[in-house]
Amino acid sequence: MSFIEMEHLSHAYHAGDETERMALSDVSLAIEKGEFVAVLGANGSGKSTLAKHINAILLPTAGNCRVAGFDTSEAGSVWEIRREVGMVFQNPDNQLIAAIVEDDVAFGPENIGMAPERIRENVRCALAAVGMEHFRSFAPHLLSGGQKQRVAIAGALAMQPKCLVLDEPTAMLDPKGREEVMMVLKRLHAEGMTVVLITHFMEEASEAQRVIIMADGRIAAIGTPREVLTDHAAMQKWGLETPLAACLAAGLLKDGVKLPRDILTDDDLICALTGEEPCPSK
Amino acid sequence: MSIEIKHISYTYMPKTPFERQALKEVTATIEEGTFTAIAGHTGSGKSTLLQHLNGLLHPTEGHVVVDGVDLLPQKKSEKKAARAARMKVGMVFQYPEQQLFEETVEADIAFGPKNLELSGEDVASRVRESMELVHLDYERFHARSPFVLSGGQMRRVAIAGILALRPKYLVLDEPTAGLDPRGRKEILSMVTALHRRKKTTVIFVSHNMDDIARLARHLLVFNKGMLVADGTPQAVFGQTDVLREAGLRQPHVMTLLRHLREAGLPLERTDVLTAEEAEQAICAALKKMRGEKS
Repeated sequence: MSFIEMEHLSHAYHAGDETERMALSDVSLAIEKGEFVAVLGANGSGKSTLAKHINAILLPTAGNCRVAGFDTSEAGSVWEIRREVGMVFQNPDNQLIAAIVEDDVAFGPENIGMAPERIRENVRCALAAVGMEHFRSFAPHLLSGGQKQRVAIAGALAMQPKCLVLDEPTAMLDPKGREEVMMVLKRLHAEGMTVVLITHFMEEASEAQRVIIMADGRIAAIGTPREVLTDHAAMQKWGLETPLAACLAAGLLKDGVKLPRDILTDDDLICALTGEEPCPSK
Repeated sequence: MSIEIKHISYTYMPKTPFERQALKEVTATIEEGTFTAIAGHTGSGKSTLLQHLNGLLHPTEGHVVVDGVDLLPQKKSEKKAARAARMKVGMVFQYPEQQLFEETVEADIAFGPKNLELSGEDVASRVRESMELVHLDYERFHARSPFVLSGGQMRRVAIAGILALRPKYLVLDEPTAGLDPRGRKEILSMVTALHRRKKTTVIFVSHNMDDIARLARHLLVFNKGMLVADGTPQAVFGQTDVLREAGLRQPHVMTLLRHLREAGLPLERTDVLTAEEAEQAICAALKKMRGEKS
């Protein structure tokens, strides 16, 4: 059994109303424990709706969604699911609530009545995991965007989840903040965390093991970054940007340069054009 | 005509424990009709500078002069001229859609011109004109609530509200932040079209060096409150040390070409700013390589 299983999942907003809108139609998907999956798609393609099903913020209007073996539609399983899946949103300012970083990270565990010693230990570990242990007594509003977002991630980690779902966590950050958050995610994934990352940034998506493209509430493509992101024509159709190296390779191919068709990263292109290492190993 | 920034310094909360100098001795000129980008790390002073351009902040020292008029009038008789000069500079803040408040798109855009005490007809025609400039169809959108639109559309409504004031200089603070690639493209192509068609002078802050490379003809780089580079993007992006110091990087195309050259591709130049230029440079280098072999 996969960690996340969606079967023919559909979700309609305002169901039964004249403003009814299908946000997800017949989505079937399995995500394994420990996987790093990126979800891409233009605005309105259904990616955030998809993410909100993973910790039962939204429930399917048709089909079903199982997380860690629990059906999200069963009323009793919501709390179990939310302990397994932590969620991080786009705007760090909307997620931080306490006046001190430490208190903010402790908010989740306190709410589920965790023992104080364990909370302390969890908060310490969570802040260490995102490299923010020195800021534990800071006021969140004095931190940079990237630091705030790392605190928000720590808040999710303090619940010791098995999976993190992040909805465009880097969209409002500057390049340095984005790098900080990505480093944290990569390390967490290496330590066994299941990561579902919704993003608009192709460089971030190419770090994932699998990429899911959403378009009009359906899964338009699913595969390794190399399979999916190098399809220049399809990426344009979905309203997405092709990574620079893939874009250049597509142009050069048209100019008659002999190149492999699955160039994704800068290193791929450098290797293909000059024969120099590092060669793509994947 | 131009915006002249003359030796300005700005200190937040002077004479308190929180005193912080956000700008130090900044001097630069933004010529009318140019497309200028401002880059810098978070906290480098770029937003503080922007707020000086239409007099929201007045410098602690120095002067900001718009089309020959100092924004901070020294005498009472100069007040009117200073106000008129400030009006020439339209300011689009970060996430401007958060400032939408009216019930319909039309009413929201009309708010600014109405405050100018224009006639009803003038207001209506300005609304139509600005909606066209931001590529929003009047018939389709004017009666809708701005709050049911997509993020990119909401942002365009907010920008239209500024354009309805017919600014000569348009200042945008990170106009594409938080938008998806399609929304980003829409905003940027709209701003470019405005610059071309209306000859509006555009000044924009961006964290995206690739966007700056593609669009701007003039680039100012800030670091710790100081202006550390001022020139064409080509020239400024060539100063790798200055960029690194400022916490910025070269545009992706430049980095990629530099790495290609280091790996042995005989590229004549690496100071290219767009993917098209990069493609041409690579093709030329490949031809040269083949030529040498045969």
